[in-house]
Amino acid sequence: MAALSPRGTATSDARAQLAEIDESCRGSVLLFFLSGMAWLLAGSVFALIASYKLHAPDFLGDFAWLTFGRIRTAHLNAVIYGFSAEISVGVILWMMCRLCRVPLMAQSVINLAALLWNFGLTIGIIGILAGDTTGVEYLELPKYCTPILFLAFALIAVWTIVIFRFRREKHLYVSQWYILAAVLWFPWLYSTAQLLLIMDPARGAVQAAVNWWFAHNVLGLWFTPVGLASIYYFLPKVIGRPIHSYYLSVLGFWTLALFYNWNGFHHLVGGPFPAWMITISIVASVMMVIPVVATAINHHFTMVGHFGKMRHSPTLRFIFIGAIAYTASSLQGVLSSVRWFSETAHFTHHTVAHAHWGMYAFFTMTMFGAMYYILPRITQREWPSDGLISLHFWTTLVGIAMYVLPLSLGGWFQGKAMLDPQIPFLEVVKITLPYLKIRTVSGLLLTLGHVAFFVNIAWLLVRTFGPYRAPEPMILAGVGTGNAPVGK
Amino acid sequence: MNYGPLLFLGILFTLAASWTGLVVMPTKQLGALQPDLNTNTSVVFPKPLPGEAAQGRELYRSLGCNYCHTQQVRREGFGSDIARGWGKRGSVARDYIYDRPVFLGSSRTGPDLTNIGERQPSYEWHYSHLYNPQTTSKGSVMPPYAFLFELRPIGPEGPSTNSVKLGGEFAPKAGYEVLPKPEAKQLVEYLRSLKSSVELPEAPLPKSE
Repeated sequence: MAALSPRGTATSDARAQLAEIDESCRGSVLLFFLSGMAWLLAGSVFALIASYKLHAPDFLGDFAWLTFGRIRTAHLNAVIYGFSAEISVGVILWMMCRLCRVPLMAQSVINLAALLWNFGLTIGIIGILAGDTTGVEYLELPKYCTPILFLAFALIAVWTIVIFRFRREKHLYVSQWYILAAVLWFPWLYSTAQLLLIMDPARGAVQAAVNWWFAHNVLGLWFTPVGLASIYYFLPKVIGRPIHSYYLSVLGFWTLALFYNWNGFHHLVGGPFPAWMITISIVASVMMVIPVVATAINHHFTMVGHFGKMRHSPTLRFIFIGAIAYTASSLQGVLSSVRWFSETAHFTHHTVAHAHWGMYAFFTMTMFGAMYYILPRITQREWPSDGLISLHFWTTLVGIAMYVLPLSLGGWFQGKAMLDPQIPFLEVVKITLPYLKIRTVSGLLLTLGHVAFFVNIAWLLVRTFGPYRAPEPMILAGVGTGNAPVGK
Repeated sequence: MNYGPLLFLGILFTLAASWTGLVVMPTKQLGALQPDLNTNTSVVFPKPLPGEAAQGRELYRSLGCNYCHTQQVRREGFGSDIARGWGKRGSVARDYIYDRPVFLGSSRTGPDLTNIGERQPSYEWHYSHLYNPQTTSKGSVMPPYAFLFELRPIGPEGPSTNSVKLGGEFAPKAGYEVLPKPEAKQLVEYLRSLKSSVELPEAPLPKSE
């Protein structure tokens, strides 16, 4: 069973090897983490402006580049392609190196990918604010920057596979399955979508079909696998016991692979399409109960009896919230896909709340947890401030709950009112206002949490690279210093 | 599951399946739709947008109008789109064959616009509404698009014919008038072009018409 555990062995050789791997990842992973965090802060500011505008429409109303349709889009692309994607890359590279037991080789390739990615994205976000959006949801980045992003991603995907190819560990851990799947799926999705939507658009309604095949799969085949790979890695790692059931992991992985990528058309319920297209996606969405429940059972039975450890491990705290949110948001997604539910909830703020449930409560919280684990290891420094960690945790937890729960409810009321043709449209708008205002407050809380996290990271880096480099007692005591001898 | 090649094949096969089902199949079924010539009325529908409206469509994209407005009418019996007057029939795939990109939309923070050209044919209404939505729709959360207009001193020959009629708190200062820039004109031409009450073989209009 030891081989099934990501803990690895406790021999000093293995520990020296881990230290060597961590050291090799330092520069590249830091580059992705720091730029990802910068995008998170930018994305938070965009989000606050957009959210405030939705209940105070005259706010900053004189600037075309800050109009709701653009700032909302800048927010989405900054947090999806900036924050979420870049943190993902840092996390999967580090996990892949650890699980394959090989140091990150030719870091300059990865660093180049990071620079290209940030360069392309910066141009793209400026382009969106200037009005060059493609107008295709989740693919708004203008076509003069997407080839740069694609190239950067191709480098990352190839490099992840190269690391895998040269693995020294024969056993494949479940996290590796998910990472490999994600890096193979995404380029396929992205290139198909770019080709059929941006470069040479398909005819009419087919674009909407390709659009939602892509948009749902970005979540299902990139962010979800990365998030699950992280939960599968960090949960047993922090607790110190192997994952509950190998077979449930296999079941969860393959059913996700089979069903998730057929889900996209539930976004088109009621739209101008043949019934088979919608129905097939609803069926696949309902089938998602299998991977979700299998994964939930697996995570829960790994965690059970170890809840007390959350007090001492920020990683476990964030990952635990992420795992619960995965189960909850996925089951809610199943419900949302069904026609009778969709008739009300579709086209309302309910969908926006659901998207944040998945992307924030599940994915972002999981990534925060992963960063709390990885950063001290690659810098060989402890987190400077417990207070900032607590502030980060509670503001984001309360913030996201305050976002998702009221807005889901408000969206439902909005949908119900819209179904009644006797209620004038402006009355429907009025119904949503209190929930939109609560959302702005929750956005402030989330932003506060992001700033706290950013300050803590900056402080950690000052300790790492700054003039003050006093030796510190490490939670990693025994792991060895950064320059541990290689292979003994 | 320690056998790499099997993992790779499984990963590729699963996505290939949905790529076939959700990308290739819809392309085969809907990707070659042609406009319809109604033999009774000799009306061809849909038609490509005329120049100014097509430019307006680009503005619609650029300003992100599609994030709050859908352009799809759900069929009778599913939702209340038709009862709300957003269209006389449900939308079908053929309605969109000339659209690049397609603005189906995913959110109705504002009302559906499939048929806005029939609901609001007036330039005056659109200009006033775009300048500041509060002028026509008090309590709306739509942002003002005053940056598509310009404030100009009224010339010696009096107010221009196309000056925007604004009353109360929205009226320009004395001696000035608000004129639509060419962009505002284009956007309004686009909105006025959005009309869908044309019969298609697969989407008949209700009999009472």
